Amino acid sequence: MSSKRIVTCNINGRPEEFLCQSRQTLLEVLRDVLDMTGTKEGCSNGNCGACTVQFNGRPVDSCLVLAVEANGAEIETIESVAPAEGLDALQNAFLEEAALQCGICTPGFIIQARALLNENPNPTEEEIRFYLAGNLCRCTGYDKIVRAVQAAAQSRMASATT
Amino acid sequence: MATAEKKYKVIGTRPIRHDGVDKVTGRAKYGADLHLTGMLYGAILRSPHAHARIKSIDTSKAEALPGVRAVVTNADLPQIGSKIADLGEGMFNLQHISRIALACEKVTYKGHAVAAVAADNIHIAQEATALIEVDYEPLPHVMDVREAMRDDAPILHEDVRTEAFASATDEPGDQPTNIAKHFFHEKGNIEEGFSAAHLVLEREFTTATVHQGYIEPHNATALWNPDGQITVWTSTQGTFVVREQLSGLLQEPISKIKVVPMEIGGGFGGKIVAYLPPVAAILSKKSGRPVQLVMDRTEVLEATGPTPGSYMKVKIGVDSEGLITAADAYIAFEAGGFPGSPIPAASMTVFACYEIPNGRVNGYDVCVNKPATKAYRAPGATQAAFAVESVLDEIAEQLNIDPLELRLKNAAVEGTRRVDGVEFARIGMRETVEAIQQSDHWKSEIGDGARHIEGPAHYDDGNKRCGRGFAAGFWFNAGLKSAVTATVRTDGTVALLEGSTDIGGSRAGIAMQLAETLGITAEEVTPTVVDTDSIGYTDVTGGSRVTFATGWAAYEAALDIQRQMVKRAALIWDCNADDVCYEDGRIVGPADKSFTFGELAAQVHKTGEPIIGRGSSDHNTPGGAFAAHIVDVQVDLETGKVEILRFTAAQDVGTAIHPAYVEGQIQGAAVQGIGWALNEEYFFDDAGEMRNATFLDYRIPTCYDVPMIETILVEVPNPGHPYGVRGVGEVPIVPPPAAIANAIYAATGVRMPNLPISPPNLLHALLENK
Repeated sequence: MSSKRIVTCNINGRPEEFLCQSRQTLLEVLRDVLDMTGTKEGCSNGNCGACTVQFNGRPVDSCLVLAVEANGAEIETIESVAPAEGLDALQNAFLEEAALQCGICTPGFIIQARALLNENPNPTEEEIRFYLAGNLCRCTGYDKIVRAVQAAAQSRMASATT
Repeated sequence: MATAEKKYKVIGTRPIRHDGVDKVTGRAKYGADLHLTGMLYGAILRSPHAHARIKSIDTSKAEALPGVRAVVTNADLPQIGSKIADLGEGMFNLQHISRIALACEKVTYKGHAVAAVAADNIHIAQEATALIEVDYEPLPHVMDVREAMRDDAPILHEDVRTEAFASATDEPGDQPTNIAKHFFHEKGNIEEGFSAAHLVLEREFTTATVHQGYIEPHNATALWNPDGQITVWTSTQGTFVVREQLSGLLQEPISKIKVVPMEIGGGFGGKIVAYLPPVAAILSKKSGRPVQLVMDRTEVLEATGPTPGSYMKVKIGVDSEGLITAADAYIAFEAGGFPGSPIPAASMTVFACYEIPNGRVNGYDVCVNKPATKAYRAPGATQAAFAVESVLDEIAEQLNIDPLELRLKNAAVEGTRRVDGVEFARIGMRETVEAIQQSDHWKSEIGDGARHIEGPAHYDDGNKRCGRGFAAGFWFNAGLKSAVTATVRTDGTVALLEGSTDIGGSRAGIAMQLAETLGITAEEVTPTVVDTDSIGYTDVTGGSRVTFATGWAAYEAALDIQRQMVKRAALIWDCNADDVCYEDGRIVGPADKSFTFGELAAQVHKTGEPIIGRGSSDHNTPGGAFAAHIVDVQVDLETGKVEILRFTAAQDVGTAIHPAYVEGQIQGAAVQGIGWALNEEYFFDDAGEMRNATFLDYRIPTCYDVPMIETILVEVPNPGHPYGVRGVGEVPIVPPPAAIANAIYAATGVRMPNLPISPPNLLHALLENK
């Protein structure tokens, strides 16, 4: 077994330092070392998107990132999405549109959808479906998820203009 | 159409679900999110063979690896005999569950659990499993249901003899067989029915093994305390049935076992069997520490319970007007490595949508060397409907009758007796088909309002063809047992405790029925799903039963609260309780005296004992559910790829308690049905190994693959429920594969009797028919 390495990075706006083995994924460290279990594991090989985090500005599957690769990185997880009081527009939209059933895929969808809206504030249905195609949901049939992203886009644009 | 008989204040509204904030912020705790002090991580060694005898297992090298705390095999479980347990979604043999948890003497599918390790971390545990030496004697395997039924097929279980069910009369043979069960149902005179027919069609069908595909893998964490108390935390569809299974498998009384529900990330029928809890428990007993086991995706696909592949033959006779004169079905299901496929339900649902004067059904449960199948949303009904609805579509075409008219002519109604003998109460089959007939979708041209297509001009561009298909479906729904308690708090709210694990928002639907009955808001009720020591026995979250049955228990608890509040008001007013009534959320007494719920709640502790309502239910009147779907598809003639252009699902939902979650159930099920129809299948190689055991290769629909799913909620209130609730969750998976196959026929003129209708399969058929 290899010895552990120190990794220094920024997670959700806070400097973090942790020890990890080189075989541990970022997902494993987030969940089992840092106890940030909002990021979920669905497949452990980059096919379901439940473990999506923002990594240096891009949404990535944290199960495909080795924790040692996070040295110096800026990482944002689902735990950072809500402001100190209340919820983010996307989180509100997911609740109001009933865009979750079991909820295990929801953190990944919210991180991915937030990245979409940051890139493209007013996406079409087609653009939403394309951008979210790496995130699997087995409960909703996606209808209400797409509508929630549309609703969040509208409310974000409305609050940006006021 | 969608009008309930009564007007409600809470029922029919769309409040934010009570557990919503936890789930959109990542705070909700699913099974794998639990970290206990001193917890060990476990891993399971699985069979590389589809069929083999286990000659010996040597765990000494694994035990010697630093960091390993316990290694177990089936020898560490009590050896139990055959014992049947009712787990809500069907009868299970506890001996089989024990041998699925850890194989005994032989393995009957690739991925079958053989041994397990608990270690300081998951990596050590996985390394240790590789050090376990198993001496296998590989045996010939059989993967196809028809081959497994042959006399010369390799036998999976030496002790299996065909058991006869329903009206079947088979005598147990003296030779072992793979045919574990035979179901037989008969009504009328089948020969006379067919001889009276103007047209008789008989067709054969096959469907592939498909998986429920929930995103959260199975998990269990167990602590076996030195005092003998066992606690298991797990994501499950039923904490009480996990307790029952553990009690049977560990031979411990239920009083020694507490099962704590964690949030559950999808189940669809697949999270009822206790694969991991008994293994985590004996690892904990051996190591003295809490132990967590979490499957990976490959384990989920290879070693849990998908729904069976099938071979079916359906024969239907009609008169010249299209009235069914006789119907006959032969259904053989691949049970997998142990008996127990959903063949009973398939045999009962196959013709349930229709008035069948003369009918016969033969159903067979057949062992093959695939994962041991389990329930998947309306278990067995989807396969059966694929066959029947495909034949009816062909009959409609041959008689030149509108396919919806053909269904309406033959629709089951109140009083219709099914082939399996059950007589329907008030049902909405006819209303559901009529809802499709009146829908915007049915009245529109193909391509109108469709995704990826600008308008009817692109209907048929030479390489692409469009078509529309229809199919109907039936599911029983279940009642079973539920319990709740509800405590009135002095701030005018109610704490509701329930035992139904919440798989898709049912906390809200149950709280709403309590709120409606008390005349308070949904937000004034705080629902919590609690462990098996904290609430009365509650059956599984399955059978579309929770909103019906646990909702009914909540209604009873609210009535109990009403009675206690009436008495309390009488005490305060110093009058006879008979002069006080509970009306519209108010407690009303003589001389215009009254309390709101909140006003009286505030006085509860000043005037007497706490007010706690209890409610339980065990009602066998869930009301059958019917679904009718239409779909427009576009087929690419060069690739065989099928695009879903538009999809509309109508369903008799009884009373929609929370319409958004009713729609969500229908939409989710429809998309699972689309995946089943077009893509999903287990690919096995010659050695019996699944070659697509990841979400990359076992491809469930993504949001890019599907359009919006339009829903039509037909509300025919169930007379067997105080608020008219019918189960809604399962039936919408039943019609899609048939509806899509019928649409593909309409587009291409090619009938596709085998699922999935994947691009290579369809392209092959298109080229053959050129």
